[in-house]
Amino acid sequence: MAKLPVSIDKIIEQFGPSLNYAPKDGFTGRDEPDEVVNTHCCFCGMQCGIKLLVKENKVVGFDPWMEFPFNEGRLCPKGVQRYLQNNHPDRILNPLQRVEGKGFEPISWDSAMDKTITEIKRIQEKYGKDAFSMLSGVSLTNEKSYLVGKFARVALKTKNLDYNGRLCMVSAGAGNKKAFGLDRASNNYSDLEYAEVIIVAGANISETFPTLTHWIWKARDRGAKLIVIDPRVIPLARTADIHLDVKPGTDSALYGAMLKYLVDNDMLDHDFIDNYTSGFQDTIDAVKDYTLEWAEEITGIQKEKIKAAAELWGKAKTSFLLHARGIEHHSKGVDNVLGCINLVLATGRIGKPYCGYGTITGQGNGQGGREHGHKCDQLPGNRDIENPEHRKYISEVWGIDEKDLPGKGLSAYEIIEAIHRGEIKGLLSICFNPLVSLPNSNYVREALEKLEYYVCIDFFLNETARHADIILAGSLQEEEEGTTTSAEGRVIRIRQAVTPPGDARTDTSIILELAERLGVKDKFTYDNSETIFNELRVASKGGTADYYGITYKRIEDNMGVFWPCPSEDHPGTPRLWEDKKFKTPDGKAHFNPAPYKLPGEVTDEAYPITLTTGRVVSQYLSGTQTRRIGKLVDQFPEPLLEIHPEMAEKYNIKQRELVKVSTRRGEGIFPANIVETIRKDTVFIPYHWPGQKSANLLTPGTLDPISKIPEFKVSACKLEPLNEIAPLGTESKAYASI
Amino acid sequence: MSNYTTFNRNEEFFVDMQRCIGCKACEMACAECETNGHDSMIHVNYVERSTTIQTTVQVCMHCEDPVCANVCPADAISKDEFGIVHTANTERCIGCSNCVMACPFGVPKKIEEYDLMMKCTMCYDRTSVGKKPMCATVCPSGALFYGTKEEIKEMRPNSSPVNTFVFGKEVVNTKVNIMMPKGSTELIIY
Ligand code: SF4
Ligand code: SF4
Ligand code: SF4
Repeated sequence: MAKLPVSIDKIIEQFGPSLNYAPKDGFTGRDEPDEVVNTHCCFCGMQCGIKLLVKENKVVGFDPWMEFPFNEGRLCPKGVQRYLQNNHPDRILNPLQRVEGKGFEPISWDSAMDKTITEIKRIQEKYGKDAFSMLSGVSLTNEKSYLVGKFARVALKTKNLDYNGRLCMVSAGAGNKKAFGLDRASNNYSDLEYAEVIIVAGANISETFPTLTHWIWKARDRGAKLIVIDPRVIPLARTADIHLDVKPGTDSALYGAMLKYLVDNDMLDHDFIDNYTSGFQDTIDAVKDYTLEWAEEITGIQKEKIKAAAELWGKAKTSFLLHARGIEHHSKGVDNVLGCINLVLATGRIGKPYCGYGTITGQGNGQGGREHGHKCDQLPGNRDIENPEHRKYISEVWGIDEKDLPGKGLSAYEIIEAIHRGEIKGLLSICFNPLVSLPNSNYVREALEKLEYYVCIDFFLNETARHADIILAGSLQEEEEGTTTSAEGRVIRIRQAVTPPGDARTDTSIILELAERLGVKDKFTYDNSETIFNELRVASKGGTADYYGITYKRIEDNMGVFWPCPSEDHPGTPRLWEDKKFKTPDGKAHFNPAPYKLPGEVTDEAYPITLTTGRVVSQYLSGTQTRRIGKLVDQFPEPLLEIHPEMAEKYNIKQRELVKVSTRRGEGIFPANIVETIRKDTVFIPYHWPGQKSANLLTPGTLDPISKIPEFKVSACKLEPLNEIAPLGTESKAYASI
Repeated sequence: MSNYTTFNRNEEFFVDMQRCIGCKACEMACAECETNGHDSMIHVNYVERSTTIQTTVQVCMHCEDPVCANVCPADAISKDEFGIVHTANTERCIGCSNCVMACPFGVPKKIEEYDLMMKCTMCYDRTSVGKKPMCATVCPSGALFYGTKEEIKEMRPNSSPVNTFVFGKEVVNTKVNIMMPKGSTELIIY
């Protein structure tokens, strides 16, 4: 509840973030490991295979897992260092309660649970079931995502459950559903290798999904042409054939103009369009005025470059289009995604070898976590919570009356808004750090301060958890068995390497005990993760995300199985749509008009510069885990304001000078990094940091009307140099800041 | 000891700067080796971050005729039968830094803390038991690769491995290859 119990400095002293450079007993203590566990990285959607070295129930190091087919041992710096989060000094080892003026003090599990249940009941009796909400995260395994979805609906009986995928790739999910009726990247990444042309749109692959770079370079070695669409010259763009430095917020104008060019020059697959798609005419009507000249004006990309890109794309025989948050984090994220899909459909290059399309999920289980029902509008198997048949099926699986199954609730940012308005009074969160990851942080903080009760399940005291009344000490990825689904759609096994330290418990056991104390023990009887997975399989059966044929054993035997996999004798589906039978009501792939619209906020005299945000290679999301690992912090200790030399000159900003960046929502102070690799009208700040160094102090809460994703990628800002050169990154207090 | 190794003589080290994304996974993984005292023996540098995102990565080239060993007054640096130039022998190294100055690639580093020269040993603790070096294994972009000439030929049809470097009049042949445009045979460094 409410304000912090003591000063931030005091909380940091006790719970960090502090930096860990070595395993608990030092490097010398690690000798020969007791056990080597084949599992997966706990960070991004690549879900790279990794071996964890375990000694005396501690993860003490790693070894590359050469046999795992996607990454063959390759890892990025986050993967290399991830073992240091285990037995980290900041780890929460007991349940904690907030004590005014004192901070957080350990309490027994019994009291923590009692208090939580009492508060849930009090709030729900007084204000109604939906006044208690839940926020979940997609670093959770499939089993936990499923469990959370069921727990919120069956135990808490609230409709207000949403997840942090809402900040990730929901625009892509919504676009995929509209176009294909199913939400998954269409191919496994090995199809990239022989593609003739690859478009990478708004995806800083080399920093955010580094091990995917290898597959792109592989294609380059085979002569593939690479088109990178990004306002910055990201490392991948270095060798690109064409770099389209699009002005943030104008992506759909670019795709529209490319589509018009394909139509005007008849670079279309008529057979595919006529037989397997619908909506083509409306879609091209929507772009009939989108000339190259017009697009140059809107996007700021020279028309010759747009033309060259359209030519390359139009003439290819095989191709791959990948996108990520750069086009999805917009108030028209769904339109951007549909614009991309239209280019793919117009050329009919889908469902064939070396042809593909997909979003790259940022979070570890960004794919699986969006299928099992912890979204506000969704039931397991990617079913629709408003569809009577879907409701009936899941109610039966869960053994409840359909009328007791809540309907569609609010999305993540809308939950914060409802807390602000006083409609939602209680919150349970797991694995979500909204104070850093949601836009408009000042507003989010105010909302947290209004809660009557906030309970949080987590393993580190992240910035949001500092506002909690009770913290239930949960588990790291390596402390529980389970599965995740990588960005390619491959369902893989997460292995338990160690048990939770101290008095911490597995997330699963915490949720099960809460369910029991809420009086629904009979609906939550599981022996282990595998029994949860087996129920998930049944719940997903017949849904679009069908996992029914996938078993723990099959995953193990095959190093992963691709969904959909409807029966145990089904091989799984690495490449979708080979049969050209799409999951839409008419069985066709749908073109969707995606006309260009203005972003939620445009620059003006008061705020003349476009600000966009993104990531750096050594940090992961809100930094709860990575801002605690020494070398990852040293590599990029603080967020820098990337600014073009011409803009720097105009505002008289020097290298590493502190600059106050303000928007209509707030202001932050960042050292300048003057680089030629960014558009002249745009500045960039990575978003992994809290407090005064948070990019999300600045970003707006404008939501995409369909996907409800916030528009992180476009804000109007102004800059004021502060006449002070920042001390070197490692010396500044970046990682100990608010 | 060498009788007991399973060092694969056909496997070599290939470096492809074009691919490097500057992520530093190699540096961090190198420091995981027990033999390095948890310092990295590979170094990633930005060429000039203000104008480019090009990075370069420098690993020991394991020269056929290693200048670092030749100039060492204490005979602390040795090259073994597999062509690996080892880190200075702790007992002999006098920390004079001759090797640091002499290496044309700028590889050996004097680690002040131990008063000792340290350098990449091509992960001898791993390669001698049939594993691949840490940095090459983890490199997410394939900028570093450890394997056979045949594998690299198949994987990179548009590049040629080069292990002859010309520094003025000096020609240096190395055990480590740099990937160059197809058909290249030497790299001339002015
Ligand atoms: S963060 Fe992503 S790319 Fe890096 S090792 Fe983990 S899964 Fe692989
Ligand atoms: S080969 Fe081994 S010792 Fe040499 S730089 Fe690579 S990881 Fe370090
Ligand atoms: S791991 Fe590979 S890509 Fe990353 S910095 Fe090292 S050489 Fe470059």
